Amino acid sequence: MALLEMRDVHVTYRSQEGPIPAVRGVNLSLDPGQILGVAGESGCGKSTLASTVLRLFPADATVTGEVLVDGDDVLTMKWGQVRAARWAKASIVFQGALHSLNPIQRVDKQLMEPILLHEADVGEKAARKRVVELLEQVGLPGRLASAYPHQMSGGQKQRVMIALALACRPQVLIADEPTTALDVMVQAQVLDLLSSIARDHGLALMIISHDLSVLATTCDEVLVMYAGRVVEEGPAGDVFEHPKHPYTRALSAAFPTIGDMTSRFAPSGLPGDPPLPGELVSGCPFRPRCPEAEDRCAEAEPDLRPATDDQLAACIHIGEAVST
Amino acid sequence: MTESLLSGEDLKVTFRARGGGQARALDGANLSVSKGEIVAIVGESGCGKTTLARTLLGLEKPDEGKVWFKGEPLEYSGRALKRYRRQVQLVLQDPSGSLNPRHSVYEAVAEGPRVHGMADEVGQVTRALSQAGLRPPERFFLRYPHELSGGQRQRVVIAGALALDPEVLIADEPVSSLDASVRGEILALLLKLREELGLTVLVVTHDLGLAWNIADRIVVMYLGRIVEQGSTEEVLSSPKHPYTKALLSVVPEIRHTESIVLAGEPPDPTQIPGGCRFHPRCQELAGGAAAAVADKCTSQDLRILTGAAGEHQAACWLSS
Repeated sequence: MALLEMRDVHVTYRSQEGPIPAVRGVNLSLDPGQILGVAGESGCGKSTLASTVLRLFPADATVTGEVLVDGDDVLTMKWGQVRAARWAKASIVFQGALHSLNPIQRVDKQLMEPILLHEADVGEKAARKRVVELLEQVGLPGRLASAYPHQMSGGQKQRVMIALALACRPQVLIADEPTTALDVMVQAQVLDLLSSIARDHGLALMIISHDLSVLATTCDEVLVMYAGRVVEEGPAGDVFEHPKHPYTRALSAAFPTIGDMTSRFAPSGLPGDPPLPGELVSGCPFRPRCPEAEDRCAEAEPDLRPATDDQLAACIHIGEAVST
Repeated sequence: MTESLLSGEDLKVTFRARGGGQARALDGANLSVSKGEIVAIVGESGCGKTTLARTLLGLEKPDEGKVWFKGEPLEYSGRALKRYRRQVQLVLQDPSGSLNPRHSVYEAVAEGPRVHGMADEVGQVTRALSQAGLRPPERFFLRYPHELSGGQRQRVVIAGALALDPEVLIADEPVSSLDASVRGEILALLLKLREELGLTVLVVTHDLGLAWNIADRIVVMYLGRIVEQGSTEEVLSSPKHPYTKALLSVVPEIRHTESIVLAGEPPDPTQIPGGCRFHPRCQELAGGAAAAVADKCTSQDLRILTGAAGEHQAACWLSS
């Protein structure tokens, strides 16, 4: 059974200018040991989507649909149950690890806090022991337990953040831009660590990133979001190497293949800015930036449709004779 | 050395480290950049790439060695530096952090011309914004950073540098905080500025894909030294130094044969190992491929690369 399942999730924020639809009908399902990537630009709704798993969205947001963590709908749970589910059933490695740790508390104290809060039967001594285990699990020496965040490098802090998310042995782990501020070599180490944790412990892992190349090398499946919707999904390698939606093609081309002469002195970008959620155009929301847009793209917003046996894309050109 | 616009010769910069030690951030680096060239300086955090950039900008005075600009050694008097900075400008990373949120775009870009007492401030700002791709420029004058997208903010930062009509831009991680879609646009802008204004660009980055996209030449740094340099095609297609090979192997791509993930943290410039400074992490030495030269690797320091343009050089006992 899927550990994390979302069915037709919508998130709408309230604002002075009227409702802002940040997430518009997302479906996904994540099995134990599976790694799912969510890609997209800033403002496409990917972090908002993640916030629904732990009900971390602001109070003025309206959320509809179902978010099932291990079969239970987080959106209809009583608050007590939600609090119990946070950390213990699902947890998040937040963006910007370098600033998320408390600078004036030692690492062990920060790691023990969720354990002591959530597991009444665990005493301080046992919690301390688990902290050392957690640090070793993320590849850090146990002696760092008594260190302060400023004594650690960026990569070490990111590992502590991962240890923190694992503290109460959750089944679902969400990593929001886990490597964005890190060096290439440390990025590779952190991605290796995350995927081995997911595989070894049967965790369902969701990685959110704007870097499609990172997701392609780490994930099994990838969802590409644009303006609050999934516009393409499929096996990670296929989505990156043979993208079907014009938006995915642009994202994929943004990361050149080294050695590919067509990208030499020809960086590839996507003109224009992502749409503001409150100001969507009629029809396909990608239309204003799309190099392949036609008049009929303005008529209706396309739904996901099969592009290959296991790849879906939301573009009217999918399935037409001249598709690329 | 061939005719160079900007060069650093045997640069050494030492910082006092916490606990009384010394961090040798630059430990003998030679780099020479020709007019109109785009050079990428790559390496991990702590490798000295930012210190090299700051030294070339005159923000850091080297303990040893010299910076040369147009055949003259850089002088460190306030007046000489001010004159120098009009010609060699810095583009900061993270535009959200480097723009004052309470300054309009016009004020942000006009600051440089004002400091340097340039005539026709409005004209300079208009020209710079337009060169940075913010058109029509007048439309942006009264906007504030929070009203702009990430890409537009980065363009404002670049316009601020262009306002002084410089010859060299030194950009520290110009796209690392930007969305993938915007990244290409900013890189294309740097290429266009080189083409249209003959600008020389030095880019400090850990992103090898960026180097492949825009750089003529790559300089790979490790612990304060340049360990490999050459044309981008040579260095990225047939890397000589094991460190460059490892860096290349972890670029996220599908077609990899095998990635070489170096263990351990970025190296510590307060404790530079003897022999080849890379030897404790070197996969060739650990895997036995360097057995024939292993003695040298652990005991003999390598010669400092001359940084001559047009040559593919690596500081490794295996290739010397």
